Amino acid sequence: MTVDFSRMQAPLPLIEDHGGPQQPLLIASGLRKEFRLSDGLFGGRTVVHAVDDLSLTVGKGETVGIVGESGCGKSTAARLIAGITPADDGEIIFDGESFWTPRARIDGERRRAIQMVFQDSASSLNPRMTLTETLAFGPRAHGVSTEKARAYARDLLGAVGLPPARFAERYPIQLSGGQRQRVNIARALAIRPRLLILDEPVSALDKSVEAQVLNLLVDLRDQLGLSYLFISHDLNVVRYIADRVVVMYLGQIVEEASSADIFAAPRHPYTRALFASKPSPDPRKRVSAPPLTGDPPDPVNPPSGCRFRTRCPIAESVCAASRPPLAAMDVGGTGHRAACWAALPGSGHSLSPRVPASVLGSVQ
Amino acid sequence: MHGTFGETADAETAIIPEMKHHSYSRVVLGRFMRQPVAMTAAGILLVIILAAIFANYVAPADPFQTRVARRLAEIGTPDRWLGGDELGRDLLSRLIYGGRISLSMAVLPVAVGLFVGGLLGILAGYAGGRTNMAIMRAMDVFYAFPSILLAVAIAGALGPGLMNAVLALSMVFIPPIARMAESVTTQVRSYEFVIAARLSGASTARIMREHVLSNVAGPILVFASSQVSVSIIAASGLSFLGLGVAPPNPDWGLMLSALRQSIYVNPWVAALPGAMIFICSVCFNLVSDGVRRAMEVRR
Repeated sequence: MTVDFSRMQAPLPLIEDHGGPQQPLLIASGLRKEFRLSDGLFGGRTVVHAVDDLSLTVGKGETVGIVGESGCGKSTAARLIAGITPADDGEIIFDGESFWTPRARIDGERRRAIQMVFQDSASSLNPRMTLTETLAFGPRAHGVSTEKARAYARDLLGAVGLPPARFAERYPIQLSGGQRQRVNIARALAIRPRLLILDEPVSALDKSVEAQVLNLLVDLRDQLGLSYLFISHDLNVVRYIADRVVVMYLGQIVEEASSADIFAAPRHPYTRALFASKPSPDPRKRVSAPPLTGDPPDPVNPPSGCRFRTRCPIAESVCAASRPPLAAMDVGGTGHRAACWAALPGSGHSLSPRVPASVLGSVQ
Repeated sequence: MHGTFGETADAETAIIPEMKHHSYSRVVLGRFMRQPVAMTAAGILLVIILAAIFANYVAPADPFQTRVARRLAEIGTPDRWLGGDELGRDLLSRLIYGGRISLSMAVLPVAVGLFVGGLLGILAGYAGGRTNMAIMRAMDVFYAFPSILLAVAIAGALGPGLMNAVLALSMVFIPPIARMAESVTTQVRSYEFVIAARLSGASTARIMREHVLSNVAGPILVFASSQVSVSIIAASGLSFLGLGVAPPNPDWGLMLSALRQSIYVNPWVAALPGAMIFICSVCFNLVSDGVRRAMEVRR
């Protein structure tokens, strides 16, 4: 039993490519989302900047990983891009066309273009629907006849490794976590999206099942030419699946680079701390000192300047003065960018490189 | 590569024993049937309801036929098995016929409340925001009055009669059912499967029909069924106060009110309509409890 989408009769047409291979599939720019919390009837209002000026691109066929600790705005960013939560500000360009602006809604075929897989495999499935019904729902909503949609649903189950003869009429409660996540992936793919946003899709699974689901994702991506936006706090998982990695801290991007570059030479102290906290399978490399101490600062009152400075081992006065821009770390066009004064030449930080970053990049 | 995960998935599924694919309703029914108390209560209710429906075959005597010699006859008197009422009518027959009015006065308001309150609550829960505010605050106004007082006030304003009593009681059951429906719907709406359905581009009507309704219907129905026991008592209360059906129609609340004066003469006979109200109320409660328990299938 192999996954072979080419032999499947998909009832919905592929979404046509407009911009050509060079046009990024997704360009998100300046995304912003604030959550207002009111403290009781007479209390004042506090504002949480969940996502603050976030811009990222996902190329066609590319997998971009978003990493960061809990509460850094990863999931909010995913929901903004998918259009589940309306953004306060910003724009999404999908394959060269405006996908949505904060005021306008998406509709029709474009509504199929971005789909999402959630972390909680159990609450992602309707407990009252059989797997066939769950998978047939999306295509039916787009005008496919119930009969065709159900036949397709059975094919999809087979494609994600669940033999339809045994699984088609099961309810979600009768599945394991890994099996449920397979169904969730199949459900997202049922209406043939081009971009799949995966919000911690394997975080709740145990390690052996995690590997199976990751392999399934890689296989589907290669066969269907999908692009992934993969959100995780597990660096090993991101390293395995992502072509490019975006590191978020407190609603902002602090570093962005290709997977190879960022794991080889992280430039931002937060990224370094994050990598240092990654457990190693080798017991001789065990570390007892925590690479990062304390909790992230209160997002209601983020620190001035660089938001990481309160926990940064190399913070100096310049870091409190103003926010470092997300600047290119080289000229080679690898797209390695970091937002740290210590990595930016001429910033006034004592560790800042003397030579311009461009030269430094070409020397390395 | 292709074959590998297919096989591993198979290996994963092999560990889990083959499960029978019972539909949810069959599972719930099975779990309900395994509860002796709830089953007994359901049996008693079934007997009472069937007797009321087929009263003209079951009742031993004409419920309107008075007989002076049998006034307040003892329980066990021949041709007045459960005694006679204040006019010598056969109490057993009147209790059986009375079930028609009393039970419909109990069930109809809850049914109306379920329909209107359920609709309003689901709408408020799914729409959220201002719609929710408007609907739920309107419901809260009704909460300002004690339910039985509200029913008496509305029934008093509309005047006596079966339809008016049902209408008055319906107004009492709309707010609690709406509130229940609203909270369940708000919860279901936040589940990822509803978000995923919205993301797939399905219309709100379709999501409501296929995803929301099936998940909120159970809890709302169970709650409504628990209200039937309250409704029986409230309906009897209205009849007792003369706001329900008019005599000589048999109705448990009305009968209780009429026999009240005879409580020192023949307490056992006078207590019988009250006992019927009590038994039905308890049985409805036990059945509703049993259904709730049967539906507590882990997710």
